[in-house]
Amino acid sequence: MAGLATTLGSGAMTNSLEEVLEAKVILVIGSNTTWNHPVFGSLLKQAVKLRGAKLIVCDPRRIDLVDFADIWLQQRNGSDVALLMGLQHIILREGWEAAQYIKERTEGYDEYLKALEFYTPAKVAELTGVAPDDLLAAAKLFATSGVGALYYCMGITQHSHGVDNVKACVNLQLITGNLGVAGGGVNPLRGQNNVQGACDMGGLPNVFTGYQPVTNPAAVEKFSKYWRAPLSDKVGLTLTQMVPAAGDSIRALYILGENPLVSDPNLHHVEECLAKLDFLVVQDIFLTETAKLADVVLPGVSFAEKLGTISNTERRVQLTQPAIKPTGSVRQDYEIIADVAARFGHEFPRTPEALFQEIRDLTPAYAGLTYERIREVGIQWPCPAVDHPGTRFLHSGKFARGLALLSPLAYRPPAEVPDGDFDLVLSTGRILEHFHTGSMTRRSRLLDVLVEAGHVELHPDDATRYGVADGDRVAVSTRRGRIETTALVTDRVAPGSIFVPFHFAEAAANVLTNDVLDPVAKIPEYKVCAASLERVGSGR
Amino acid sequence: MQLTVDGRKIDAVAGQTVLEAARAAGIYIPALCYHPKTGKAGRCRACVVEIEGMRGLKEACAQEVRDGMVVHTDTDRVQQTRRLVVDLLLAEGHHNCISCQANGTCELQEMAYRIGVERPAFLIETEPAPLDVSSEGIVREADKCIQCGRCVLACQNHVVNEVLAFGYRGSHAAVVCDDDRPMGESSCVLCGECVQVCPVGALVLKQPREAKVRPSETVATKVTCPFCGVGCQIDLHTKDNRYVFAMAHEGQWLKQPNRGSLCVKGRFGLDFIDAPDRLRTPLVRKDGELVEASWDEALDLVAAGLKQAKDKYGPDSVGFFTSAKVTNEENYALGRLARAVIGTNNIDHCARL
Ligand code: SF4
Ligand code: SF4
Ligand code: SF4
Ligand code: FES
Repeated sequence: MAGLATTLGSGAMTNSLEEVLEAKVILVIGSNTTWNHPVFGSLLKQAVKLRGAKLIVCDPRRIDLVDFADIWLQQRNGSDVALLMGLQHIILREGWEAAQYIKERTEGYDEYLKALEFYTPAKVAELTGVAPDDLLAAAKLFATSGVGALYYCMGITQHSHGVDNVKACVNLQLITGNLGVAGGGVNPLRGQNNVQGACDMGGLPNVFTGYQPVTNPAAVEKFSKYWRAPLSDKVGLTLTQMVPAAGDSIRALYILGENPLVSDPNLHHVEECLAKLDFLVVQDIFLTETAKLADVVLPGVSFAEKLGTISNTERRVQLTQPAIKPTGSVRQDYEIIADVAARFGHEFPRTPEALFQEIRDLTPAYAGLTYERIREVGIQWPCPAVDHPGTRFLHSGKFARGLALLSPLAYRPPAEVPDGDFDLVLSTGRILEHFHTGSMTRRSRLLDVLVEAGHVELHPDDATRYGVADGDRVAVSTRRGRIETTALVTDRVAPGSIFVPFHFAEAAANVLTNDVLDPVAKIPEYKVCAASLERVGSGR
Repeated sequence: MQLTVDGRKIDAVAGQTVLEAARAAGIYIPALCYHPKTGKAGRCRACVVEIEGMRGLKEACAQEVRDGMVVHTDTDRVQQTRRLVVDLLLAEGHHNCISCQANGTCELQEMAYRIGVERPAFLIETEPAPLDVSSEGIVREADKCIQCGRCVLACQNHVVNEVLAFGYRGSHAAVVCDDDRPMGESSCVLCGECVQVCPVGALVLKQPREAKVRPSETVATKVTCPFCGVGCQIDLHTKDNRYVFAMAHEGQWLKQPNRGSLCVKGRFGLDFIDAPDRLRTPLVRKDGELVEASWDEALDLVAAGLKQAKDKYGPDSVGFFTSAKVTNEENYALGRLARAVIGTNNIDHCARL
């Protein structure tokens, strides 16, 4: 989460999920919360329905949360920076900002202010399609209702300018004084159950556990000593850099429980790349699309057969316990890794608790956590000592980086905008009933019955224009590929926009998506690209 | 603060109800409409007690504790009222425990058992209502509904999906979905919250006939949901080492990220763990095909493959994709493998994707 780390000094969700009940006003942008994080969506709806919190939803699609919103801003796909900066422009113009807070806790104000001049309501209306009056009403509601919380998800990060989007969110929360207070915060909702933990554990090319940089000599020395091995101080490659380098500078890949052949942008390209490797090993519980390409496939175990910790989106480290004894010739994932290490002469711990002890030794934010303490209720890091209660919200009194940084942001349009042949805006995402690449949920009897195949959401106006009826078979094409799927005609999408869920390998949305990356965070632009549509037949 | 219940001194905290304090101390007071997640509803009168210095019977689910309170849960008047409550409910519905999924976990059954009601003292002739089996995940049996209102409150105010409501009036009152349509055609999102709170067998999980298992037969283990980042705490119910169903973990629910609820994925999407195509043995590629292999053979090949790249092209020619779906311990171990064993920082996962 590069945008958060540069501006605040920490990349995690700042506040707790339950604090949504303490917010007086809530802004949701780029998160279809009731589909992607449904249980938190319920809590958010409780805040609105039972506690009287005000709700502003910013989304190009008419997501279900809109029914609970006081204000819905339907910005164009990819115009989030303009929208957020536009709100800030009005807040400062009207004097609704938290002046004292800005003075005491932020830096970069003058430059930021200069950049903000560009975002006049008229300009923002032109870029986002949101009327100046609506923008004014939202700015007023957000800045004058009391403590405000902001939630976002992949709708903010999956853009070629995703880092700017995040910074724009941080700016808004800084000028309104909503960071470091209960019920406020900049809160990225994590899409998978242990994204937070994978980051915390140094599953990133630039940091060891607890975000200790690999370029910091002291950190390198500490880990090198603990692991009794020389370490590289060179930042590694990201996943989205490794794939195209396959067969070139990357010769061997070890893939644990990931399915890039459905989740990566521009799939045809990914398959070609992986095929060029000298050696590919995949460790998973299913023979996924990716595993089918492997030289060796190692069967691990499912979550239900595991002991260990998982860190949720609000930094809560929770213990998960084995409910089922594994059957067949499978091994615990940590055992497999230890078995490989052993073949290089390295002895790894062979119980989850012993591994956790190493994590605690090396990671100050986890030092105070023990299995015993979190057996029933998880604890939120930072938790530096065994008598520390954990941390409900970050940045109280002081930011991790000292003063928070207000970012001057320039507007950049999405890398690909609709034109001539490709006159629709395609965005991708999840639906309620399925998850990620579908390797789990599509093997669930009930979820598969509920939604058994992919579809494309299409506005009734566009359906008429293309001569498509609900349920028809259609082909969706972009400059990268073509899929066939079923049309779902609905006014949930705006005219001129289509939406394809990405869970379905046989009509994989990521055959279509653009692999252009955000220059800093290296996240691909899943949320916007140009597409065309054509009817190929009637439905079943 | 302290109060005395049936001659026993128990501790309580201000703001607690008599019911909550008694339950925390392990004293049984039946409660059919109250549920911790939906709060007091004051509909069933199953929970009545006598409190010294107060006139008449008091609802334990509504009465707040006061220091020095003296409570009796076992007097004749209390027992008579409980018996009447059970009698009426049994008479009005069709409670055939023999074939009910809730047998053994039903709170009405428990109450009848404890009081010793064997059959209702009277019968009210009613037309049997049809089962609602239209939903893919839930079966509704109106004849077993005791109109406690838990499901309505939970759907309206806890998960806020706003599907269930009381429809009709008087003796025809019933729980309805939306504007009284079959559940499968309603706006229900199958979060299963209503099943979780229903005290009886009026809302149960749909189970295929060949795989029927009552909740009373299962063992529950607390696990973390494998899907989104909320990290819902789930009670995974198993029987004979097989997954049966999932319920939200309700222990200390106010302190859990999911507050005792789940969504359709966590509730109904976990059966993938038993999918017939789960990998059960290592595979290695031979003559272009993936074939079964022993662990030693597979692991040796992995070590050789990584070593070859490392030796020939340097440590940075090896890459690792770790996973947002495995534990911290496993992520840590793979990181150590990449950094300390191979010597590269080429490790990443799909946070970006
Ligand atoms: S399953 Fe959930 S949404 Fe459906 S009726 Fe029950 S509580 Fe409401
Ligand atoms: S269906 Fe169950 S929870 Fe709902 S009112 Fe009837 S008995 Fe109570
Ligand atoms: S039950 Fe639903 S909301 Fe909860 S963690 Fe699982 S997927 Fe997320
Ligand atoms: S539980 Fe107290 S009135 Fe129903």
